Amino acid sequence: MRPDPAGVLTGAHYLDGDFACGEGAMAAGCRFVAGYPITPSTEVVERISRRFPAMGGTFIQMEDELASMAAVVGAAWTGTKAMTVTSGPGFSLMMENIGLAAMMETPCVVVNVQRGGPSTGLPTMVGQGDVMQARWGSHGDYEVIALTPQSPQEAFDLTIDAFNLSERFRVPVMFMMDECVGHMTERVVIPEPEEIDVVPRVLTDKSPQEFEPYSVNGTEIPEFARAGDGYRFHTTGLTHDERGYPVMSVDCQETCVSRLLDKINDNADEIVRFEEEGIEDAEVVVVTYGITARVARLAIDLARAEGVKVGLLRLIVIWPFAERRIRDLARSVGAMVVPEINYGQLVLEVERCAGGRCPVVSVTHGGGGVHDPAVIAKKIIEAGASRT
Amino acid sequence: MSVDTVGTRTDFPAEPPEHPTAPYLRMERIPHVWCPGCGIGTVVQCFATALERSGVDLDKASVVSGIGCSGRAAGYLKLDGFHATHGRAIPFATGLKLGRPELLVTVFSGDGDLSGIGGNHFIHAARRNMDLLVILINNFIYGMTGGQNAPTTPLTAKSSTMPFGNFEPPFNLPHLAASCGAPYVARWTCLHIRRLTWTLEEAIQRKGFRLVEVVAPCPPLYSRLNKLGTGLDGMSFYHDNAVIKHGADTRDLGIDFQESIVCGKFVDEEKPTFSELMDTHYDRVLGDKYVPMAPEGGWLHE
Ligand SMILES: Cc1ncc(C[n+]2csc(CCOP(=O)(O)OP(=O)(O)O)c2C)c(N)n1
Ligand code: SF4
Ligand SMILES: [Mg+2]
Repeated sequence: MRPDPAGVLTGAHYLDGDFACGEGAMAAGCRFVAGYPITPSTEVVERISRRFPAMGGTFIQMEDELASMAAVVGAAWTGTKAMTVTSGPGFSLMMENIGLAAMMETPCVVVNVQRGGPSTGLPTMVGQGDVMQARWGSHGDYEVIALTPQSPQEAFDLTIDAFNLSERFRVPVMFMMDECVGHMTERVVIPEPEEIDVVPRVLTDKSPQEFEPYSVNGTEIPEFARAGDGYRFHTTGLTHDERGYPVMSVDCQETCVSRLLDKINDNADEIVRFEEEGIEDAEVVVVTYGITARVARLAIDLARAEGVKVGLLRLIVIWPFAERRIRDLARSVGAMVVPEINYGQLVLEVERCAGGRCPVVSVTHGGGGVHDPAVIAKKIIEAGASRT
Repeated sequence: MSVDTVGTRTDFPAEPPEHPTAPYLRMERIPHVWCPGCGIGTVVQCFATALERSGVDLDKASVVSGIGCSGRAAGYLKLDGFHATHGRAIPFATGLKLGRPELLVTVFSGDGDLSGIGGNHFIHAARRNMDLLVILINNFIYGMTGGQNAPTTPLTAKSSTMPFGNFEPPFNLPHLAASCGAPYVARWTCLHIRRLTWTLEEAIQRKGFRLVEVVAPCPPLYSRLNKLGTGLDGMSFYHDNAVIKHGADTRDLGIDFQESIVCGKFVDEEKPTFSELMDTHYDRVLGDKYVPMAPEGGWLHE
């Protein structure tokens, strides 16, 4: 459906990624944001707190990130689209309630503008070291969706997608920006409301007597009832049955948890998104995401100038992982080069999917800056040479 | 009735009459998990009765619990019920309340949950005067995990992690809430059925951050370690040691080991809630530009 026009700031703007993300959220219909200040993410909530009062949105600065995430889950159960925004240290604090959101199947969005870690790390400088945490950070088995924008324009566009995916699959969606994209200012075009697609919160039309909060009847995603509509439902972070009642048994655990995984994994082809450039004749493929994709393009130009046939696979959705595509490519290309601003995180997934069919080269960077394109280019050229 | 007539009666109703609280409970989940003699159950009963008497629209009433024995209450009350994470019932409830302001949101949880791991949220929600009714079961212990020391354990009382007696000074919870600005603060024991019910009924009608602390025994853990007897003994002990002092200075409400427990209503003031403050402020500074959260809650539904 079309968004509430009050949230859509149509026009061409000069915005940084954080502001663009905030605009994307408002355009997507987000009307509740709880957050706690942390560099380099704070501008997102600063933008929102200024604009929300005119569109029926509520922003609350909570006492910490545990509270922020818990409040987001609570607000989402009223049918309101809800989001929180943070960076590494706050992301760590949110993990338990991200697990709760996954277990209760709560649509919501968590923005992480990544900085260098671990611990307090590099508060004002870039990192991509939370991409595994986005997937595995809370305990137990669950699935989430995670996206990585490469520009302020994408920070806007993909934030809308993040909300839409969270509604469609009833999962917390991790919006994994990085400090560079968050703080870089570029042209951002915000379309007319009529040109934006938003997935609404679809409320069940079952009667309270028929309704069970977690029964699926063959589909994989349960229908939603919000608090205050007379359904008098129960939901819990405990392993639960269709009624949302706790059941401590091996069987219930299997049914409850496997569906949380299946609803994402079985629909991975619908969710996964990537972009390819110059892949057709490529002997080497650079697989990367976020700001590093933009750096990699420079490296690719350098390597092409040296005669290496190299292409780019830019991951837009990093979780679920683009498993099928990487597996196929691994059969046809000579090598994959994976630069990322961490000591080798998503490269593990690339290696797993390549399954030894082609060499996979990690190009690490500890954070605080982006790669020197020449360093990536050197790895591409070496990978191309070992191929011939 | 003479003994020999017992067993000859034939006019029993086919179905026993429904318990008066049954419509407020998820009867299909009974029997509950609580131990015999646990003080939590009577508080659920009092709350259900208070809901009934207050005449509030139950479809618009939500209950949020954290984790613990007391935290199971949200699973038994037949309201929209949310069983959140340990310590986070108050922020979860904050999101619910702000997302749909017309809801009556009650937090029902334990002393450890609300004042230990969740203590930061407790003081901030009181400071903001978030519109939440908080029912806090104080059994002086972490019950569910087996009787460990809590921030409420009285000095010298034994717990499983203070086997030689507690040496950490405990919280005086009514004072903590009141000093953070809570406009409604009361305390009873779980055997003050009528008074507690009346207080809860009143608290339901009030607005802002309302704390109702209920002292309750935990027979297998706290009572056993501290020789308070079994079953009803623990409840009677607290009840009989209660001293009712409405309006008492909250500084004097600390609970010493096996000493008197001051009960009553200590604070009952009118104060603007978080949402009222927000609305008035934005009305004043933004005028017509201000659009409050949709009264029916939520946006973009289909
Ligand atoms: C993050 C986290 N830490 C620890 C626990 C274990 N835990 C479950 S209940 C509980 C204590 C509950 O005590 P209280 O709130 O006083 O409730 P009671 O059982 O006494 O009613 C603890 C520590 C948990 N579930 N989650
Ligand atoms: S352990 Fe204690 S608090 Fe928990 S149900 Fe039993 S008596 Fe109640
Ligand atoms: Mg306790």
